[in-house]
Amino acid sequence: MIKLKGIGKFFPGVVALDGVNLSVGKGEVHALLGENGAGKSTLLKILSGAQPADTGTIEFDGQVQHFHTPQDAQEAGIATIYQEFTLFPDMSIADNIFAGREVHSGGFFIDHSAMRKAAKAVTDKLGIEMNPATKVRDLSVGEQQLVEIARALTMDAKLIIMDEPTAALSRREIEQLQSIIADLKAEGVSVIIVTHRLNEVFECCDRYTILRDGQFITSGRVDDVDEDQIISMMVGRSMESLFERRASQAPGDVVLEIENLTNQSSLAAAAVVLKKISMTAAAGEIVGLAGLVGAGRTDLARTLFGAPLGTTGDIRINGEPVSIQNSLDAIKAGIALVPEDRKAQGLFLDLSCKHNVSVSNLGRISSNGFINEKAENALVDSYIDALNVRLANKDQPIKTLSGGNQQKLLLARWMATNPKVLIVDEPTRGVDIGAKVEVHRLLFEMAKSGVAVIVISSELPEILSVSDRIYTFCEGRLTGEFHQTEANEEQLMRYMSPSILSQTGASEDLTLAVAN
Amino acid sequence: MSSASQANANYKNAEKKTDYWALFAKFAPLIFLIILVIGFGIANDRFLSTRNMLNILTEVSIYGLLAVGMTFVILTAGIDLSVGSLLALCGMSAAWVATGGGGGGFGAAEAGYGWGLALATALGVGLFAGCIQGYAIAHFKIPAFVVTLGGMSIYRGLTLLIGDGGPISGFDGVYRSFGRGDILGIPVPAIFFVLIASAAALTLKFTNFGRHVYAVGGNEEAANLAGINVEKTLMGVYIMIGVLAGLAGFILTARLNSAEATAGMSYELRVIASVVIGGTSLFGGIGTIAGTIIGALTIGVLINGLVMLNIQSYWQLIIVGFIIVVAVGFDSFVKARSGGKG
Repeated sequence: MIKLKGIGKFFPGVVALDGVNLSVGKGEVHALLGENGAGKSTLLKILSGAQPADTGTIEFDGQVQHFHTPQDAQEAGIATIYQEFTLFPDMSIADNIFAGREVHSGGFFIDHSAMRKAAKAVTDKLGIEMNPATKVRDLSVGEQQLVEIARALTMDAKLIIMDEPTAALSRREIEQLQSIIADLKAEGVSVIIVTHRLNEVFECCDRYTILRDGQFITSGRVDDVDEDQIISMMVGRSMESLFERRASQAPGDVVLEIENLTNQSSLAAAAVVLKKISMTAAAGEIVGLAGLVGAGRTDLARTLFGAPLGTTGDIRINGEPVSIQNSLDAIKAGIALVPEDRKAQGLFLDLSCKHNVSVSNLGRISSNGFINEKAENALVDSYIDALNVRLANKDQPIKTLSGGNQQKLLLARWMATNPKVLIVDEPTRGVDIGAKVEVHRLLFEMAKSGVAVIVISSELPEILSVSDRIYTFCEGRLTGEFHQTEANEEQLMRYMSPSILSQTGASEDLTLAVAN
Repeated sequence: MSSASQANANYKNAEKKTDYWALFAKFAPLIFLIILVIGFGIANDRFLSTRNMLNILTEVSIYGLLAVGMTFVILTAGIDLSVGSLLALCGMSAAWVATGGGGGGFGAAEAGYGWGLALATALGVGLFAGCIQGYAIAHFKIPAFVVTLGGMSIYRGLTLLIGDGGPISGFDGVYRSFGRGDILGIPVPAIFFVLIASAAALTLKFTNFGRHVYAVGGNEEAANLAGINVEKTLMGVYIMIGVLAGLAGFILTARLNSAEATAGMSYELRVIASVVIGGTSLFGGIGTIAGTIIGALTIGVLINGLVMLNIQSYWQLIIVGFIIVVAVGFDSFVKARSGGKG
């Protein structure tokens, strides 16, 4: 049905994909697997026409294709269900399903009743018992995902691409989806699924392809392998050799203690609710938080930096209970957070490098509200030197710097606040290897100076190389605790995947699986 | 190391490419203003007379005060459409107090409460309105556009109510001197404008509050996560523009020796135009007081020059509108050019 050969995609300074092959037969369900950053998303973007490939050929339905826009791919018969929702929240289910392909009567007016009928037919099939006139805004995240799927189904596509389709679905909805996939298969439709839940691969996929670091690793029949084999192929060894494991050092006194931290409702941005999280971080220690996207790691960080309403549980700093309602409280308590999304949550892109660093430290370099420029320059210069930030002029807008240098300045901002606890969320996302190593070195130095450092990362090699101790998260729960010496990728991966919750018979009170 | 030096090289190239455009964009408003002044000066020799220059300066000073406040508001990515109406309301309230509670008519000044209380009233009304609008915007997160659109209508209505639909006129000499007086030949309104604009520029550059204003406008979520009290910062800018509307309203009534119910009509256009022509981004985070002063002068020169050339006043609106679009369009063009890679 579709055959990709030698696909390459190069961004300035980064090879996103190189020599990737993928072939999917008619009526085949194919799993596309790989770690975060392996190149799956880029490959999907090429398949769906969102980005052109730089090298290689795409053969679809017996013809060589060049997709320039998503419309090209759709017309050829490829429907894509994206991980991020592309729905219009204030339009009805039916209008969303047929957006851009409205059913007309008499050539001009939209035939609402026909559209609703057709929408009803497909949503019934999916098991959404809902009036197709309902606004999408009123649906749950899982239901919205099903609407996305319904949209793809009505396109009469020959190939449907699903990017993490089950991430937001309940067990029942997942089963519904799997039976739909079986129907599609029977009708001769091909499906490509990207998923982190390996159990699903064995439940509904025929073949698999594994990518790692933008390279094609292997491809084969699902029946011929087991979960452990897939994990070791995904993880590989190439990354690990880049990062030397840090010699563990004896941690000092416990700085941060969290006990039974629970969110009654989810943070606005994510659908993850923390459930009875208890953990500690000691002075001089680097604690890694591992988990799939949406496992609750970031939500924990954000809760520590301004708890949403309805959060229960205790947070103690140096043994003293602290109440953190907002970021100001957190900073006063000695917590610093370098957020996940550097551009959206961290940087002031149009402001100068200097101002980006000093913004959280104005109290120390000003008197009576007036900034002492000398003190400011001295503060910023000292960090630019210490962190080896490459810039021509500290008054240039920070957006002109590379990702790595931006990240260093963001770290500088928070290091300058002299925190007791430094939380870094995805500290090396989108930075080149050289800067990555430097950022790690900074984290080591922070720990050495007695700060409790918490590192959140989707890259397991990173977590393994920097952490003294690692906690694994899954679906808002803490599922395991590992000391550096005992942890390895396969093990972490197992404790990050939802099957661990069922294996341990997890209910509200999950007993911690401690590896030592 | 090689990737790092390569990144450095890339950056240097990018800098070279953007420099020319950025530099041009920076000075374009000033160049345009100078061209305008020279052009009008050639077209009419009375234009460059000291008398006319001071006249322009006085005119500009009044809405210039509002533009200074508006710069702060727009830097936070907000907007205040109510400035013209609030200016009228503050002026009318001051006049009402000065004339002894709406006695009205000429010669009522003796019965009034004096310029001091009148000034305090104007500033107080501005402060109060700024507090309410700021609270609605910062705390209840009602869009600034909506809050101040409502304010625009409410204040105008209140102004008409206080003045009973008409003007309140006739103030004492000290009151009038706020609009008509001069110190060493420099009009009092201009002195206020220069002092306040300077203070505002220093505030933006050298105070924590100024930094917070840029940060909130640049990226509100990041500002919050950086430990900035976003609500307090937003309250601050709306209170500031309210108080400045009070001062400007007082000065305008002093200059006219009368509080008109229609004072400050469509000032929001002039004021926002001044800020935008001066290079402040409507998306917040970028802009300077110096730019706003140039913007305000540009509009003042334009209006005055067109009058001197006997061009029908309707053309003012058309030309000012045109310039706003061109100024913002030019800005977007430059940003796209300089590869707004974030």
